[in-house]
Amino acid sequence: MLERSYEKFFRQNRLPHLWCPGCGNGIVMKAIVQAIEKKSGWTQDNTIIVSGIGCSSRASGYMDFDTLHTAHGRAIPFATGIKLARPDLNVVVITGDGDCTAIGGNHFIHGCRRNVDLTVILFNNNIYGMTGGQASPMTPLGKKATTAPYGSIDRPFDACKLAEAAGATYVARSTAFHVQHLVKMIEDGLDNAGFSFIEALVQCPTAYGRRNKIGEPAKMMAWMRDNAVMKNVWDKLPDDKKIGDKFPIGLFYKAETETYDEAYHHVIEMAGGAAK
Amino acid sequence: MSARLMQGNEAVAEGALKAGVRFFGGYPITPSTEIAESLAKMLPQVGGTFIQMEDEIASMGVILGASLTGKKVLTASSGPGISLKQELIGYAAAAEIPVVIVNVQRVGPSTGQPTAPSQGDVMQARWGTHGDHSIIVLSPWSVRESFDLAVKAVNYAERFRTPVILLMDEIVGHLRENVELPETVEIYPRRTPKISRAEGYEPYKPDADLVPNVANFGEGYHIHVTGLIHDETGFPVGSPKITREFIKRMHEKINIAADEIIEVHEEFMSDADYAVVSFGGTARTAYEAVLNARKRGVKVGFVRLITIFPFADKIIAELAKKVKGIVVAELNYGQIVNEVERAAAGQCKVQLCAKYDMTIFEPEEIEAAIDEVSGNA
Amino acid sequence: MKSEFTLKLDRCKGCGICVAFCPKQVLALDTLGKVYVAHPENCIACGQCELRCPDYAIFVDKLKQEAADKK
Repeated sequence: MLERSYEKFFRQNRLPHLWCPGCGNGIVMKAIVQAIEKKSGWTQDNTIIVSGIGCSSRASGYMDFDTLHTAHGRAIPFATGIKLARPDLNVVVITGDGDCTAIGGNHFIHGCRRNVDLTVILFNNNIYGMTGGQASPMTPLGKKATTAPYGSIDRPFDACKLAEAAGATYVARSTAFHVQHLVKMIEDGLDNAGFSFIEALVQCPTAYGRRNKIGEPAKMMAWMRDNAVMKNVWDKLPDDKKIGDKFPIGLFYKAETETYDEAYHHVIEMAGGAAK
Repeated sequence: MSARLMQGNEAVAEGALKAGVRFFGGYPITPSTEIAESLAKMLPQVGGTFIQMEDEIASMGVILGASLTGKKVLTASSGPGISLKQELIGYAAAAEIPVVIVNVQRVGPSTGQPTAPSQGDVMQARWGTHGDHSIIVLSPWSVRESFDLAVKAVNYAERFRTPVILLMDEIVGHLRENVELPETVEIYPRRTPKISRAEGYEPYKPDADLVPNVANFGEGYHIHVTGLIHDETGFPVGSPKITREFIKRMHEKINIAADEIIEVHEEFMSDADYAVVSFGGTARTAYEAVLNARKRGVKVGFVRLITIFPFADKIIAELAKKVKGIVVAELNYGQIVNEVERAAAGQCKVQLCAKYDMTIFEPEEIEAAIDEVSGNA
Repeated sequence: MKSEFTLKLDRCKGCGICVAFCPKQVLALDTLGKVYVAHPENCIACGQCELRCPDYAIFVDKLKQEAADKK
């Protein structure tokens, strides 16, 4: 067998990972390292992986870089500190729907607003998986969770719209089914100088799929295949076709704006501290 | 260097900078804001970074991230802000990340009395975050000492890889004094790995002093840092043995150096039959009360805790052996008095002199307590 | 055989994703729930199985023509 080059980005002694059979997190974790591999100049020594708490955030432990498994919701502030202290380092954040949009919601919008040069990848499994299936701010309306036994009545966030409105300069979505597309979306996010946000839909067969009778992992992925619509196609769809479970994937927003680290460097220059 | 008029909060900023702090994350809150304001101006002048974060938790998070790259870091807050910071103070303890937190105390609980002085956060400083953890708490009584203890706090954070709390109060934070600050100070450098990755480096393997030499991010060590209980490799382990060893080491790395860390300021103790124990801004009033009482012939000594935690157990035990009574003066309903009673272990009378009404002590109030304990009342 | 399979069975959790998305029904799960190559002759080396395996347990390489002939 031809050895897969991305395997060097994993801590081999930590695999197999702890995620449930059929969990989509492993697919996204591989997509991230494949995207990093494509970036010239990004090495295991100058790239830092920062994660929060939850299923998604256990990814950092498997990735062979300097890795930081922070507290629940707090990955973005920690990552901001790393990037501002060492602007030469590349910083990637791994988070989940609960981690990023509930307990970390404030940090998320302010990270977007500042446009710190981070790439944030949200593993959206629509549920709190690690704690056994409670409703998150991204659980769709009507879907069941242990804390929404009659179906969720809390209107869910569209994290991509939230990121764009808050000032992120790269916003994209993909899914665990669309692996090559996902790699490309992450890769382009890594390329963007500024706050990049990629929502990656992942199936959670154990805590979400089972309770909502969606079926086995492959069926959940087939749902992604059948309902995801590429952005350029989506934009041309009449409103009466944007119905049911259909949702857009692809690049939603991109802008060129000075990053926070660049802006702060000007502050240092004005203050006369550039040579120090 | 010529003398300058400055407040305690500004002296903290000066001290931190002198000790090598190059990163500050904060959130505005009275009465600590001047620390952030000073550093917003000064840090970029030395190529450092100041950032105002969206909340107190993020202010902790951002400095923890910066500290992991090797920067010396600081945050400052008061009351409700310190409550919010507790989560990541625990993270700093568990992941052993050097960090200094300044708490300019105000009246609580909750929003309390925002600009009024208090010393009500003493036990929070020790046990505010959940779980067993390490911490060092220092409390200055003057502007110059605010500078000195800021330096010391930064050095202790680095040496023990632990959160250090500089426990100010509004009295000292907003006190203005003419001070002369030293040009240079002693600096404890960031600990560095002694062996390479190839030689089997483990980031959380403790050195002889029980403190690990955790590599900085971006230096090729590929370390993993987590708030989960971990073994010497840094990876989480669900083992009773590792958990026990981990929690024990958290405490012992401070305990074995306690005699060195604990600093107490004593005066008029050679002939003392009684003593007033105090700390921070309150000690300024206690000092005057002691002078007044001595003028009246009461043999009372002055004992000021500079290091609040680890607590001066041995010193207080010795004191209790020597004197007939101790007055503990503090601006709260009674917190450090419990530590004093525990250490005194019934060897002498311990009398609380408490105040919790937004105002600072009058010397007469402490004198009255001295008279009460000495039977002169 | 046009392709060569490598299975890292210690990583396989038997989720069945590779089985479901194989366009030629080459793969199946055994009694113990691990993947095995049931119909290697049908494999077109499209790589769909490897692409979506969340556990990095299955790898498929297209064999060069000579190597395939030798087999």
